[in-house]
Amino acid sequence: MIPFEYVRATDLAGAVAAGTAPGAVYLAAGTNLLDLMKGGVSRPRRLVDITRLPGLAAVERMGDGSLRIGALARNSDLAHDPAFAKAYPAVAEALLSGASAQLRNAATAAGNVMQRTRCPYFTDTGSACNKREPGSGCDARGGETRLHAILGWSEACIATHPSDFCVPLVALDALVEIAGPAGTRSVPLEAFHRLPGDAPERETVLEPGELITALVLPPDAASFAGHSRYLKVRDRTSYAFAVVSVAVALRLDGGRIAEARLALGGVALKPWRAREAESLLAGRAPDEAAFRAAADAALAGAEPSGDNAFKIELARRLVVRALARTAAGTPERLPALPGSAFAPLPEAAHV
Amino acid sequence: MSFDIVLTVNGTRRTIPIPDPRTTLLDLLREGLHLTGTKKGCDRGQCGACTVLVDGRRINSCLALAVSLDGAEVLTIEGLAEGDRLHPVQEAFIAHDGFQCGFCTPGQIMSAVGLIREAQAGNDPERVREAMSGNLCRCGAYAGITEAVLEAQAAMTQAPTSQHPASPRQGEAA
Amino acid sequence: MSETAPRQMRHGSNLGQPLTRRDGILKVTGAAAYAADHHPPGMLYAVMAVSRIARGRVTRLDVAAAESHPGVVAVMTPQNKPALARHPDEKNDGFTFRLDLLQDDRVRYANQPVAVVIAETLEAATEGAALLDPAYEAETPAVGLDGSEPFTPPAIGVGDPADMETGDVAAGLAAAARTIEATYETPAQYHNAMEPHAVVATWDGDTLDLDTPSQGLAMAQGRIAGLFGISPADIHIRSPFLGGGFGSKGMIAGPQVLGIMAARLVGRPVKLVMSRPQMFGPVGHRAPTRQTLRLGASEDGGLTALDHHTLTATSTFDDFIEPSGGVSHTLYAAPALATRHRAVRLDTGTPLFMRAPGEASGSVALEGAIDEMAEACGMDPLAFRLRNYAETEPASGKPFSSKALRECYARGAEAFGWGKRPLAPGQMRDANGLLVGWGVGTATFPALMFQAEARAVLKASGEAAVAIGAIDMGQGAWTALAQIAAEELGLDIDAIDFRIGSSDLPNGGIAGGSAHTATAGTAIKIAAADAIAQLAALATQDPRSPLYGAGNAGVIARGGRLVRRDDEGRSEAFTEILGRAGQDSVEGKGAAGPDAARESYAMHAHGAVFAEVTVDPDLGQIRATRLVGAFAAGRIINPRLVRSQYYGGMIWGVSFALHEQAVMDPRTGRPMNANLAEYHVPVNADVPSLEAILVEEEDPHVNPLGIKGVGEIGVTGSAGAIVNAIWHATGKRVRRLPVTLDKVL
Repeated sequence: MIPFEYVRATDLAGAVAAGTAPGAVYLAAGTNLLDLMKGGVSRPRRLVDITRLPGLAAVERMGDGSLRIGALARNSDLAHDPAFAKAYPAVAEALLSGASAQLRNAATAAGNVMQRTRCPYFTDTGSACNKREPGSGCDARGGETRLHAILGWSEACIATHPSDFCVPLVALDALVEIAGPAGTRSVPLEAFHRLPGDAPERETVLEPGELITALVLPPDAASFAGHSRYLKVRDRTSYAFAVVSVAVALRLDGGRIAEARLALGGVALKPWRAREAESLLAGRAPDEAAFRAAADAALAGAEPSGDNAFKIELARRLVVRALARTAAGTPERLPALPGSAFAPLPEAAHV
Repeated sequence: MSFDIVLTVNGTRRTIPIPDPRTTLLDLLREGLHLTGTKKGCDRGQCGACTVLVDGRRINSCLALAVSLDGAEVLTIEGLAEGDRLHPVQEAFIAHDGFQCGFCTPGQIMSAVGLIREAQAGNDPERVREAMSGNLCRCGAYAGITEAVLEAQAAMTQAPTSQHPASPRQGEAA
Repeated sequence: MSETAPRQMRHGSNLGQPLTRRDGILKVTGAAAYAADHHPPGMLYAVMAVSRIARGRVTRLDVAAAESHPGVVAVMTPQNKPALARHPDEKNDGFTFRLDLLQDDRVRYANQPVAVVIAETLEAATEGAALLDPAYEAETPAVGLDGSEPFTPPAIGVGDPADMETGDVAAGLAAAARTIEATYETPAQYHNAMEPHAVVATWDGDTLDLDTPSQGLAMAQGRIAGLFGISPADIHIRSPFLGGGFGSKGMIAGPQVLGIMAARLVGRPVKLVMSRPQMFGPVGHRAPTRQTLRLGASEDGGLTALDHHTLTATSTFDDFIEPSGGVSHTLYAAPALATRHRAVRLDTGTPLFMRAPGEASGSVALEGAIDEMAEACGMDPLAFRLRNYAETEPASGKPFSSKALRECYARGAEAFGWGKRPLAPGQMRDANGLLVGWGVGTATFPALMFQAEARAVLKASGEAAVAIGAIDMGQGAWTALAQIAAEELGLDIDAIDFRIGSSDLPNGGIAGGSAHTATAGTAIKIAAADAIAQLAALATQDPRSPLYGAGNAGVIARGGRLVRRDDEGRSEAFTEILGRAGQDSVEGKGAAGPDAARESYAMHAHGAVFAEVTVDPDLGQIRATRLVGAFAAGRIINPRLVRSQYYGGMIWGVSFALHEQAVMDPRTGRPMNANLAEYHVPVNADVPSLEAILVEEEDPHVNPLGIKGVGEIGVTGSAGAIVNAIWHATGKRVRRLPVTLDKVL
């Protein structure tokens, strides 16, 4: 990696001031950033270490019932917090289905949101990549594309976003709190990551110098706790990125679905909220027919970007499976293999 | 620009100059402090061979910048045994043949120590296997590793106040 | 210090005892020193720059940029590399492979070293290598098994003929009541030992001191000596612990030599450690194969013909041909049998032996095809295998030196519960509604013997020193070979100063071919016998000894004493014999190698692996939930370590069946998953339940110890059993490995 200036920020204003300089990036745990720097993908001139910023690791229940997850909250701390896991079981399950225990111990909430695609043509500096070098082309097209996007991709970029955590967060209408040179603002997570279009180098809505200070789950996010799952299909039983993943949250009322939330991971360059499928489910009985209709709606716009047509059908089936599992109720305890098809069916439903 | 950081490494607090901020904790341990028990298998957080405890938590030391860890407590494989007295996890790895070539072993053992501290897996082998999945073993010693973690955890839980159970080891140390 | 393992757990050292590893404490405390753990004074760091194209030329290296990076000491390129005494492409035998040592600007595979940057710090060397930013003149590479014209290789593996036929295959197929033809494809796989190849090199004039992992120290010495024009005796290699080898450290690899050249260039000690992505090129791999099997069977399920055709690949500049057909020579009693090997030349690094080379890839295809024929015959796959049990080796007609495969089938089937298996696929489900399938595969691996020498010194103190340049890459040489020494010398294992892992010791041969315990162990046995014979001569010819007149053959060594065979009451301690003779010690020497008796027999270890898989019928996710292997491999020195070898092999079988593959970009010939996040090997959660049954087997022919070797056989059989179990779960025959979820959807 190239030599860089290391700046340790002690307060938010100082961090933003230091982080606004060209070539500056923020450093939290660094689990993704260092990986990219070692590969020559990311070559920052200045690292602004935000790990000492006060209060940024806190997880707080706010007066309005929302939950504010500090940017620096560690993935594992969040997932293993019993109150958090009880209120947002799909989020905990997603966190624990990702990476390894070591990485979850280090990685932060905001870092997870900020992680970059695993597209091998992006991480390989010997390949053309419009995201890494705007206008250079996309070597993924016509290359090895088994795991690439089936939704929202463009000719310029067919990569996917690798996060598990973001998938249930998007389903639960999480917000991203942002601080920057122009003050603070808040955007829905769903609008935070950008689809590639013709500018895949613009990955998020962050402006220069801006950083995430928190993720906020709105008050109603906890109302799905009884029926909330994250399922993730992967090529190895653990320690693998999703081929496709699905987060589902349901509110059931009198044997009908009062409200449904559905999002997919591993299918697009952002966590993919399936709103049409959600509306389709609202008011219906939680049965196979409804689930299938929802799956069809969720994947209605899907198109293979290469040798990955199987992901469309796989995603449909996973949506059906995730809806069925979710309708059966959140398990009392997260399964030993979180998000896995091999997790035993829950014996007792969450109450 | 050189930073001085303070690290407590295996119980010893020391001030360490970091002349190059690019230095990872792993490279600092291995090349700077010559604590070479911690291994580099991939340098990218993909194999777990570099696992150490930082402030009691297991992490991949290859993906941590040393300079950002100022003030941290680091426990490496070299600091686990108390003199000639092996840690229960170390003993269990020997007893269950939880390794072959031994290269991933320091990482496996530190990961197991971290896992036991996390207290999330209980005595469920499936949870232990999942929680140890961040440590690759190419020789394929997983069966012994899982048994060793379960046994060591049981031994440590039964005797939480005693330092370590009696060692079966005889003879001199290396 | 690291060359002598610490002592611990004295529960018996005799052969067959489950001693825990004698290097265990060093390994669990981090004290075991691997090559990259060394830091001689004044050491510099070397980092390779590797090619991003698979074929072409390097037209420019930005040496100035690298040199101007703070801390960079030198940049080694084709222009300024130290002169070599021998061209790296010069071959003198089948065990010499061509190396890429910056001989010119040609690029012949992706990740080929093109320069080396040497710096004061690892960080500076790493960035310096990045700054070289090579420019290329790229040419279109040959990629994939259809990427170039097949040819008939002059030899396969380590010198076997490419084609072999016995009986009339065409007639056998024509006469068959049923025939099947099945084509199986296996991908390129990379060894990926957890320890990347590393070297710490220090020159002192023309003397070279090395810490580097090597599965064969004398061969490494010879190769390095030839390249640098120095005497092998002036090269000192320490290799007490290998962080895994699996064949990739069998020959000294180009990057290790580059580290030595870098040290020569700068006149200081140098450490060069490969990065993980760099491991996908210059250090060997298992070549991809496409194997077509044609089988004929009679009405009652007896094979009438077996035809096994292999298409594989080698590099454009050297030959290693994966000998996949070999397993068909041994396993099933087909009266007509043919194997053929063809190869294409691709722009890859040269393939190499990788754990069970030939047997692993061949076994998957053969066991799959056998399963398909069992299905065609409506027979249980195990019954079909028993129906075609080979009483003599089909290809050679030779008797087996021993073969307890029937017992392996029986005991494995019993432990697994095979009897409850429904014949038809898709019949079993688990509590979650997931499909369950059971499959079987036969395991086999040849019982080889190589060459080795050993020294055993009995001392007047009552202790012994046993030395052999043997290698422990995880299989347990530190322990098992010391057990053999203790047994043969009649001493407690703790009374032996046992040394391995250094080129200064007697030539221990190569740790490979599952033959190291047999070969090195036999050398130790002979050396020990020599020392005991000398001691016996001193005693039996001395009227003052209670053993006087017994004759050499009339005494045995036990508990530090020589004991008269015909009168166990008469004995004398080693210390007394040497003391009275006024000798400090006696030194025994031993040499082992294959003997002529091997010509008369077919010598193989055997086994049967039973696999259970769970398959999600909707999502295609597959998990190997249970593996039971029963293996007969002659004499077992240490059942604890042998079980671990079997487990490790079986997990490689899981990996072969479900996970491993190098994903090559078809346009560029570059591996696009050259890392451990995307080149999947099994994690702990992939391997829920393993059982290895050690079936007793005595073999009087393989070698004086009766050892057949266990390091590789576990891979064979296992992968096929899993693939067959997936069929049994789903009804789908997946013939293109690995079986990923998209292939069963």
